[in-house]
Amino acid sequence: MKARVTVTLKNGVLDPQGKAIEGSLGSLGFDGVEGVRQGKVFDIELTDRDAEAAKADIEAMCEKLLANTVIENYAIELL
Amino acid sequence: MKSAVIIFPGSNRDRDMIKALETISGQPVATVWHTETTLPDVDLVVLPGGFSYGDYLRSGAIAARSPIMQAIKDAADKGRHVLGVCNGFQMLTEAGLLPGALMRNASLHFVCKEVMLKTENTNTAFTSKMEKGAVWRCPVAHHDGNFFADADTLAQIEGNGQVAFRYANGTNPNGSINDIAGITNAKGNVLGMMPHPENLIEDLHGGVEGRAMFESVFTNLAAA
Repeated sequence: MKARVTVTLKNGVLDPQGKAIEGSLGSLGFDGVEGVRQGKVFDIELTDRDAEAAKADIEAMCEKLLANTVIENYAIELL
Repeated sequence: MKSAVIIFPGSNRDRDMIKALETISGQPVATVWHTETTLPDVDLVVLPGGFSYGDYLRSGAIAARSPIMQAIKDAADKGRHVLGVCNGFQMLTEAGLLPGALMRNASLHFVCKEVMLKTENTNTAFTSKMEKGAVWRCPVAHHDGNFFADADTLAQIEGNGQVAFRYANGTNPNGSINDIAGITNAKGNVLGMMPHPENLIEDLHGGVEGRAMFESVFTNLAAA
């Protein structure tokens, strides 16, 4: 089974890389971009297991390694 | 006064640190590979600078989950002294031994230059022999030194006097909140800092301003 974890910066955490991307979009002529926040996506392949168990396992992975919860949020999706 | 330097894949300031510790303490320095699970009997454990695991995932994130890290947490809980410089500071925040996080420099550039540091808190073994409020020169070399903490955590850090060093004279190289260059834990036995005092300890380096912190911690721990 497959799962996707999306890690994003929390609100209020400065994202200089997102700002640079926003500036670059503007210089390419894309109008009306009001903000860009950069994040990460992890596609994880798991041996088959119960959906609830999979979510619990991935949540533990996020808490222990995939996200730094001081600055980042995460969302889990089973694909 | 015995010390040990932990070495990770991608550490690159480990030899600078060992040389500085040996020169100033006059004692041999133990080295510990990150896969070890126990520490030698030392007073000071040092996490050196570098790019452990190529900064994959987040700077210091993988190293902070190394086998040796549990032994370092246990030692810190028991009051043993732990110093993390640069990548070592990033590991200490990732491991939860220090609050906050170190993010990409606001300029997005790697900075390698000299900055000025102000010694803020002289109530720790690392700083008690230093002059409170003194401003001194120190090199930095990093890409992710932009210290961040949420408002509550920052208020705690400031309220407890956990800021050991601040960038001074407008030399903040990375956008770090409140110009924070180095912090301790609440007990004061764990210090993390982005600048490299180990690179300013001999005349050949162009100055010896980095010695004071090492002399402070060695003098205090030798007397303990």
